[in-house]
Amino acid sequence: MASQHGAPPVFNNKVVAWIDHRLPIFSYLEKEYHTFPTPRNFNYFWNFGAIATVMLVLMIVTGIVLAMNYTPNSELAFDSVERIMRDVPSGWLIRYMHMTGASFFFAAVYVHIFRGLYYGSYKAPRELLWMLGVVILLLMMATAFLGYVLPWGQMSFWGATVITNLFSAIPVVGDSIVTWLWGGFAVDNPTLNRFFALHYLLPFIIVAVVALHVHGSNNPLGIDPKGPQDTVPFHPYYTMKDGFGLTVFLIIYAAFVFFAPNSLGEPVNYVQANPLVTPNEIVPEWYLLPFYAILRSIPDKLGGVIAMFGSIALLFVLPWLDTSRVRSCTFRPIYKWFVFVLVIDVLVLGYCGAHPPEGGFVIASRLATIYYFFHFLVLLPILGKIERPLPLPPSIADAVLKKKAV
Amino acid sequence: MRRSIVSGVLALAALGMGTVAIAASDEPELKEQHWHFKGPFGTYDRAAAQRGFQVYKEVCSACHSLNLLSYRNLEQLGLNEAQVKGIAAEFQVPDIGDDGSAIERPARPSDHFKKPFPNELAAAAANGGKAPPDLSVIIKARSGGPDYVYSLLTGYVPFDQLKPEQIKEFHVTKDDNFNLYYPGHRIAMPPPLADGKVQYVDGTKNTLDQQVRDVVEFLAWASEPHLEERNRTGIRVILFLLALSGLMYAVKRQVWADQH
Repeated sequence: MASQHGAPPVFNNKVVAWIDHRLPIFSYLEKEYHTFPTPRNFNYFWNFGAIATVMLVLMIVTGIVLAMNYTPNSELAFDSVERIMRDVPSGWLIRYMHMTGASFFFAAVYVHIFRGLYYGSYKAPRELLWMLGVVILLLMMATAFLGYVLPWGQMSFWGATVITNLFSAIPVVGDSIVTWLWGGFAVDNPTLNRFFALHYLLPFIIVAVVALHVHGSNNPLGIDPKGPQDTVPFHPYYTMKDGFGLTVFLIIYAAFVFFAPNSLGEPVNYVQANPLVTPNEIVPEWYLLPFYAILRSIPDKLGGVIAMFGSIALLFVLPWLDTSRVRSCTFRPIYKWFVFVLVIDVLVLGYCGAHPPEGGFVIASRLATIYYFFHFLVLLPILGKIERPLPLPPSIADAVLKKKAV
Repeated sequence: MRRSIVSGVLALAALGMGTVAIAASDEPELKEQHWHFKGPFGTYDRAAAQRGFQVYKEVCSACHSLNLLSYRNLEQLGLNEAQVKGIAAEFQVPDIGDDGSAIERPARPSDHFKKPFPNELAAAAANGGKAPPDLSVIIKARSGGPDYVYSLLTGYVPFDQLKPEQIKEFHVTKDDNFNLYYPGHRIAMPPPLADGKVQYVDGTKNTLDQQVRDVVEFLAWASEPHLEERNRTGIRVILFLLALSGLMYAVKRQVWADQH
């Protein structure tokens, strides 16, 4: 703890010292993950960055093993996945970890994003950090979509057909782009081959962007640490807290991997892809449903595509849409509730996305889509101007100790 | 009308395809059964699965393939090596001889289950234009899983017991097979099982319900052969994680004690 503030670490191990003098990786790790002065008031929402990182590593490791046994050929892909499930030693475990892992990676990231929204983690000076996070989200969505195509089941095939067809909405060049994406005139073997190559590539790009997405954290009070009394060293305080949160998260994850691995997927994806038979309903995985609902809520193809991409593009400019000077919703008595309304709105969108666009679902998804854009484009800029935030505490330590006293 | 335009434009019109909407309310609730393999402690009832294999072999395999399974897999159901060899040897499978000519030879345990038809076209041609689905992962490939397959196989209604409005609504003719649980109700497969159809070697009473339950047990195993190992591993992993999280919580509290 002596080295907590500023003093360079001294390594007793000669080999470590020799390496560190030439390549200061140990100093870096020491600085970032040991002595790093971290706000002392993180709550359990702050676990989810670490959890998402662990899930990313887990997805890459299981994915590499799967790739060793998978065959990206439209005639063989479906059976090769089943072969992994049946004949590769522990193949069922690796495959279910990967399949369920995608859902849990998204779940962790969505909680992480909620935390960012609620505690204003996107505000100065973290705008670029936030925007890199949105890039990661987009890359994750692309990777998940590409990966879902690989088992070459019915939903793989028809999902790929529907999503690639979105690009045909682009005026003039749309159809040419779709043909270019497919590598032919329909989703077929060339499509599967390139999707496999890209599915293997994108996670490493995610890793690169994640490496840039680690600038010092916000905290639940949204005020900056003002001195040593406001912080604790990252290790052991947050390594232990993250470790505990991660273990609890893994219990839920393991329950799905081992006892309900197929509950998050569509049964029809266990039917091999057949270009001549359309499934009754074409739906994406749950984590893409809200965006799918936005896509379908606009009664015009190009409009739907623009709205869907726009719903994520909005997040890029979020730091400038929110006009409030106060970061944390703890001190925003009105906006606080609207964050929860937004969460409910996104859940409604997800629910609508899972059902065929008929009757009430059309109306509900349209209203929810309108509200989604209203929240970001109207509510957020205006509320920041008229809302009267509660007084901010003088410092983190002050707030923490006062809470103790009560 | 407007609603169908919305859905059509966004998902299907883009593909230049139409779709026949099947209202979910047409089909009654599935007959939910108790299955031996359900839940985190579930295992396969070996005797039932072996009887189910007999049902598959004597009835289903006339039309339905089980491509992802090999005869050797049957050892997992409690058959010994000699029995599996014997079962495999009952089938003649195509192969290529030492001189390169096409031959047929008795199957070995390492061979995949013999297909009822040489290829999909032949299967379609022999079955009114549509090949019967492969059953290897059928329990995982249908919403409702084992309950759906159970309900389907016990859900046939003879033509003379149908209500006039059912006949009218679903355009049923005397030659159609009406099934309560099949989407659209008219199913190409005639009722495959009935009371007394399969004579069980172990002497179990061969009611329709028993045969269907047995074949579903067998197909569930075929869909998910590692379920028992998965459950066993899962319980250990979760117990380990519970203990670890308890430990982590204690350590975390200890570490934070001086900060509160």
